[in-house]
Amino acid sequence: MSDSAIAVTSAAQLHEHPQVEFIDKETNTHGWWRGGVSPFNVSYGKLMMWIFLLSDTFTFGAFLVSYGSSRFSEPFWPDADVAFDSFFGIHATLPLLSVSLMTFILIMSSVTMVLAVHAGHLKKKKEVAKWLIYTIVGGLLFLGCQAFEWVDLITTKGVTITHNMLGPVINGHPTPGPSTFGAFFFLITGFHGCHVFSGVILNFIILMNVVKGTYERRGHYEMVEKVGLYWHFVDLVWVYIFTCFYLF
Amino acid sequence: MENTQALEMQPGGETKEQRIKDPIVRSLLRVFWILLVVTIVEISLAFLYYFTSFPPRMLLNIIFICLTVVKAFYIIGEFMHLRHEVSTLIKVFLIPLLLLLWAITAFLWDGNSWKHMRERDRSDIQATVPWQTVKHQNE
Repeated sequence: MSDSAIAVTSAAQLHEHPQVEFIDKETNTHGWWRGGVSPFNVSYGKLMMWIFLLSDTFTFGAFLVSYGSSRFSEPFWPDADVAFDSFFGIHATLPLLSVSLMTFILIMSSVTMVLAVHAGHLKKKKEVAKWLIYTIVGGLLFLGCQAFEWVDLITTKGVTITHNMLGPVINGHPTPGPSTFGAFFFLITGFHGCHVFSGVILNFIILMNVVKGTYERRGHYEMVEKVGLYWHFVDLVWVYIFTCFYLF
Repeated sequence: MENTQALEMQPGGETKEQRIKDPIVRSLLRVFWILLVVTIVEISLAFLYYFTSFPPRMLLNIIFICLTVVKAFYIIGEFMHLRHEVSTLIKVFLIPLLLLLWAITAFLWDGNSWKHMRERDRSDIQATVPWQTVKHQNE
């Protein structure tokens, strides 16, 4: 490719992204992809995190779509207000309350994570550590809530990955419902909980590095940003699980 | 006055007031309030339906989907910072998601047709599933 051809491409792309401007110091020309500068204007690590999150989106998307397909194919499906009506081991008719609290905890931990990322931009070591600790506490609280919910569903509602006692009531007798309800619920919330758990571990590792001063010596807190992207993604998935399992 | 300010110093070396005045922190807190309000609206609509069965189920589900998309927009756009990235990166992330739209439509359609087949089979025990009928005709 000749130099003029490169220049034309660069000018066209530059017109498309006027906010970003790269100038090749050797040739004194504008250039988007002449090596050395990412066309995405993010570092390699962050770009790869985005690509990973895209693939994870498809994993969760496939799970949720298959759940929807199964649910659409069943003449009867358990009512979410009946299935999730206990509040942390208290057997009461309190639909949605415990899951609302879980959602609130996860949103809060997302906010503390984004504040940690912001403190990292300002290179404030103690602030980053403080917000990361809050985030870890939020993640652990969320996992604790989920444990309560699973125990209630398994022990009092009789829902496991192969059985479902929340079927239609015929002549006053409860009958088994579609077993796919429990299978998909435990698969998808379990996979999400697994993500939260690994997010907590990752947060803990970067907290150790922050405290040790690894990122201070490195000169930037980009690792906090990358783990932040992952953590927000986990929050995003919960938004969809909340809608698909508890609201519909 | 200066003494009290010094007492309120945060570990990061700035007062709480200074941090709240930071424009980036303020915009992040705004997003938090939006997410919180949308979630509260969702939960109150769910309770409204639970007690009064008022909004028709179909309408309610459409509202829930719209509110979920609103929340996703703010989480991806502001918390994950995608709104402020280069448009190439935005396209790399969003264009493949069109495949999911296709998957949702196709698989829900498929599930629905299975339900119709099951209901029809239940209402008429003698009826056989379509492909068996075709097989018999061919024989």
